[in-house]
Amino acid sequence: MADTTLDTPAVTRKPRRIRWETIGDHFVLILGSLLMILPPLLALTTASHDAVTIHREGIQLGLGDDLGKNFNAAMFEKGGFTQTVDGTLMLMNSFILGIGFAVGKIIISMMAAYAIVYFRLRFATLAFWVIFTTLLLPLEVRILPSYEAIQKLGLTNTYTGLIVPLIASATGTFFFRQFFMSVPEELAEAARIDGAGPWKFFIDILVPLSRTMIAAIFIIMFVFGWNQYLWPTLITTDESFFTLVRGIKQIVLTYTDSQIPEHGQALALAIVAMIPPVAIVIFFQNWFVKGLTESDK
Amino acid sequence: MAQVSLEGIRKVYPNGFKAVQTTSFTIQDGEFVVLVGPSGCGKSTLLRMIAGLEDITEGTLKIGDRVVNDVDPADRDIAMVFQNYALYPHMTVRKNIGYGLKNRGTPASEIAAKVEDAAKMLNLTEYLDRKPAQLSGGQRQRVAMGRAVVRDPALFLFDEPLSNLDAKLRNQMRIEIKALQRRLGTTAVYVTHDQVEAMTMADRIIVLNAGRIEQIGTPSEIYHNPASTFVASFMGAPPMNLIEAEASDGQVRLNGYDGLMPAPQAVSGPVTMGVRPEDVELDENGSVSFQVDILEELGAHRLLHGTLADQPFTVMVGKDHSVHTGETRITLKHDALRLFDVETGKVL
Amino acid sequence: MKRAGFDTIWLPVALLLPQLMIIAIFFYWPAGWALQSSFFLQDPFGFGSTFVGADNYTSLLGNDQYKRIAWFTVVFSILVTFFSLAIALLLAVKADKVIRGARSYRTLLMWVYAIAPPVAGFLGILFFDQSTGPMTKFFGLFGWEFKLGVDYNATATAMIIVAVWKQIPVNFIFFLSGLQSIPRSVREAAMIDNRSSTRRFWDVTFPLLAPTAFFLLIINITYALFDTFGIIDALMKGEPGNNPMTLVYKVYLDGFRGNDLGGSSAQSVVLMALVLILTVFQFRLVERRIHYT
Repeated sequence: MADTTLDTPAVTRKPRRIRWETIGDHFVLILGSLLMILPPLLALTTASHDAVTIHREGIQLGLGDDLGKNFNAAMFEKGGFTQTVDGTLMLMNSFILGIGFAVGKIIISMMAAYAIVYFRLRFATLAFWVIFTTLLLPLEVRILPSYEAIQKLGLTNTYTGLIVPLIASATGTFFFRQFFMSVPEELAEAARIDGAGPWKFFIDILVPLSRTMIAAIFIIMFVFGWNQYLWPTLITTDESFFTLVRGIKQIVLTYTDSQIPEHGQALALAIVAMIPPVAIVIFFQNWFVKGLTESDK
Repeated sequence: MAQVSLEGIRKVYPNGFKAVQTTSFTIQDGEFVVLVGPSGCGKSTLLRMIAGLEDITEGTLKIGDRVVNDVDPADRDIAMVFQNYALYPHMTVRKNIGYGLKNRGTPASEIAAKVEDAAKMLNLTEYLDRKPAQLSGGQRQRVAMGRAVVRDPALFLFDEPLSNLDAKLRNQMRIEIKALQRRLGTTAVYVTHDQVEAMTMADRIIVLNAGRIEQIGTPSEIYHNPASTFVASFMGAPPMNLIEAEASDGQVRLNGYDGLMPAPQAVSGPVTMGVRPEDVELDENGSVSFQVDILEELGAHRLLHGTLADQPFTVMVGKDHSVHTGETRITLKHDALRLFDVETGKVL
Repeated sequence: MKRAGFDTIWLPVALLLPQLMIIAIFFYWPAGWALQSSFFLQDPFGFGSTFVGADNYTSLLGNDQYKRIAWFTVVFSILVTFFSLAIALLLAVKADKVIRGARSYRTLLMWVYAIAPPVAGFLGILFFDQSTGPMTKFFGLFGWEFKLGVDYNATATAMIIVAVWKQIPVNFIFFLSGLQSIPRSVREAAMIDNRSSTRRFWDVTFPLLAPTAFFLLIINITYALFDTFGIIDALMKGEPGNNPMTLVYKVYLDGFRGNDLGGSSAQSVVLMALVLILTVFQFRLVERRIHYT
C-alpha cells in the first residue's frame, strides 16, 4: 500500500515540457553577449586585412592574410603613426603606468589606512577627512590646475608626473580602511600579547591577511591606470612616453586621415591596447568582481 | 606563577561611561577565578585591563610583585584566549602557536620543541601543518589554548573562550581547560556569562553587576549563600525563587501563611524570601499550597512551574516523584530559606 | 579606529605622510589654485593676470555655447545612465536565473569593462564609419543619412551608443552581485506567495535591489560626466567644430587649446560644485542603504 502511493507521483509525472521561459532567458543573454563581444571581435578580424581593403570596404567578417604583418608593423616599425616610437615601446609604457600606478597606490593607501584604523592618533579624524575629501573631486574636474602644478614642478614627460598625481585620490585608502575595520579586533590584541609591535603586526599579520584584497585592488587599479587617457594626453607630449591608450589619438587620426591609410596597423595597435587589461579581468574574474563590488560600497 | 592583585581599580571610558567601579581583590597563586555576570557588567573590561589591552583609569594592578599598570601586554607575562580565538588565519597551527615565542627571540629549535610539547598536550600533533580554516571549532579552540600554554606564562586570561562551541563540545572543553590549568598550576582568570561554567570551573567566583562586585566566594558559597537577589537569580538554573513576603514579630508571613521561617527581630515590613527550587519538597501534609501550571521533564529531574500565593514559583523534584498539574502541597526546607532586603536586594 | 589601538606616534605619522604629501601637492594645491584663478583674467601671452571678480562666472552663464554644452551634458548623462542601467538590469536578471552557462555569460558580459574609453570610441569610429560602417548602413535603412563628426545629432547618437555599451559591464556586475546577495529564503518565500515571476520581480526582487540601483545611478552619472572623455574625444576625431561635447571636454578645450585659463578654471569650479552636490546626494543615499540591510 505504502509502496504504491510512493510510486504514484513518478507514474503520473507530466511529460517534460519545453521551458520556453528558459529559452527566452538564454536568447536575451546570447544577444547581450554578442552585443558585447562582436565589436572587438570584428576589430580583430578586420585587422587581418590589408589597408586598402579596410579603407574601401570597412569591417571584415572573415579572417584575412595580413594579421601577422599588421601586428608586426604596429609593434616593431617606427613611424607608423608617430615618428619615433613603435608599439613595443608604447606597450612597455602602458605596463609601467598600469603596474606603477597599481603598486604605488596599494602601498601608499595601505599604509595610510593602517595608520588611520590601528593607531590612537589625535589627528586621525582630521587625516581621515583630508584624505577622503579627495573622493569628491575626480582628476578630470581639476585637470587644468593639476597640469599647471605638474608643469611648475617640471614633471611633464616623466613617469613620476604621469603616475603620482593619479595616486592622489582616496579610493584605495577607503577600500583598505573598510577591510581593516572588518578584521576582528582580537587579532591585533592577540598579536600584542604575542609581543608583536605595530610594524611587525602590519608585516606579519595584516599584509598577509589582505592578500586577496590586494590582488583584487591590484586588478582594478591596473586596469584603471592602463586605461588612463586624458592625463597622459596632457602630461606626455614626448612620444617616447606615450602609452597605447594615449596613442589611440594618433591611431584615430591616422585611421580617419585617408592620406596615410594604415588602417590594419591602427586596428592591430588598438587590439594590443585591449589585450592585457581584458586578459587580467577575465583570468582573475572572481578577485576582480570582489574588488569592484566591495570597494565601491 | 603569580598572585594578581587589584587595588582600587576603576575604569571610565572617554565618553564618560563608567565600565568598572572602584574594585579591589586578590587572586592567589595557582587559583582559578571566574568573573561572571550579564553582558555589560564590566567583566571583560576588567579582564582586558589585566591583559593591558585597556588603560586603567585609576588604581594599581600587580602581577606577582610587579606593578604593571603601564607595562605593555607583551611584557606582562600573560597569555590570553579570546572568544573568537583570534588565530592568525594565514599561519599554520605550528606558526600560530610559535608566533609569540618567535617575537621574544626564542631560538628556533626551542620553539619547535615547545610547540611539539604543547601540541601533544592538546592532541594537536597531526594538525600542526594545517591552517585554522581547515580545523573544526573545537580544534581551533585547542590551538588558541596551545598558543597560551606554549608561552608558559604567569597568568592565563580567558575571555569567554567556549561561547562559540556547541553544547557538547563546551562541556568537554570545560573539563579539559580545568584539568590543564590544574596540571600546569598557572593562575587563571576566566570571564564568562554562563553560570554553569562559573560554577564548574572556578575555585572562586566573582559575580559582577553594572560594574560592581556583587559577591566573591567559592561556587558553593555563592550558590547557597547568595549575597543579593541579583546573585540569587543569576546563579543557578533554574534560579532561586524570590517571593515577596512580610516580616513581623520575628516571623516571615506570606499571604495567609504564618511562620514560614524565623526572621531577625530587627526586621519588620516587606522582605524578599529566597528558596532554591530543589529545597522544596512535595508533601501531602505540607503547610503551603502550590498551584502547578506546567511540568517540565528534564530526565533526571522534573521542574514544576506554577504559583505560590499568586507569585511565580518553581519546584524541582527527582525523577521518581509522580507529579501532576493542579493544586499540590509543599514544604519549604527551613534552613535553606534566605531573606533579602526589598530595597537594596542585599541579604539580611 | 580599533578599540585597542597602538599608541606610537612616529610610525602612523610616517605611514600617513606619503599619502598626505601627494594629496597636498596634487589635490589641494591645484584645487585651490583653480578656485583662485577662476577670479582672474589670464593674459593669453602669459604676461600676468588681472583680478576680474566673478566676471568669468557671469560670462560663462551668459555664454550660449556653454549653455548648449551644459544642456547636451544633461541629456547625454540621462540617456547613458538610463539605457546602460536598463540593459544591464535585464541581462543581470536573466544571468541570475539561468543555471547552464551562467559563468560563461558573466564573463562575456563583463569583460568589456577592461576596454579603455578611447579604444571603445575608436571601435565606434569603425562601426559608424561614414561610408563603410555597419551602424551607418543600419541607420540608412530608416532613411537617416548618418554622418559621424559632421552631423550634430549623428555624432551625439554615436557617443551615447558607445558610452552605453562601455558602461553596461559595470552595471551588470553590480546588479548581478546585488541579485545574488538576496537571501535564498526570501526568494523561496516569494515563490510560495506569488506564482507570477514578473510580479515577484517587481514586488520583491526590485525593491531589494533598489539600494544597488540608487548607488549605480550616482556611479553612472559620474561616469557620463567624466569618464566618457575618451569616447567623446575619439568620436569627434580631433575636430571639435560643431560637434556635441560634455562640460569636461569644454574645460579641456578652453584650458588647453583655447588658453582661456580663467574661463576654464571657472568651469572647473562649476564642475566641482556639481560633483559636490552629487556626492552629498550620494552620502544621503548611502545612509539609506544602511537602513535597507
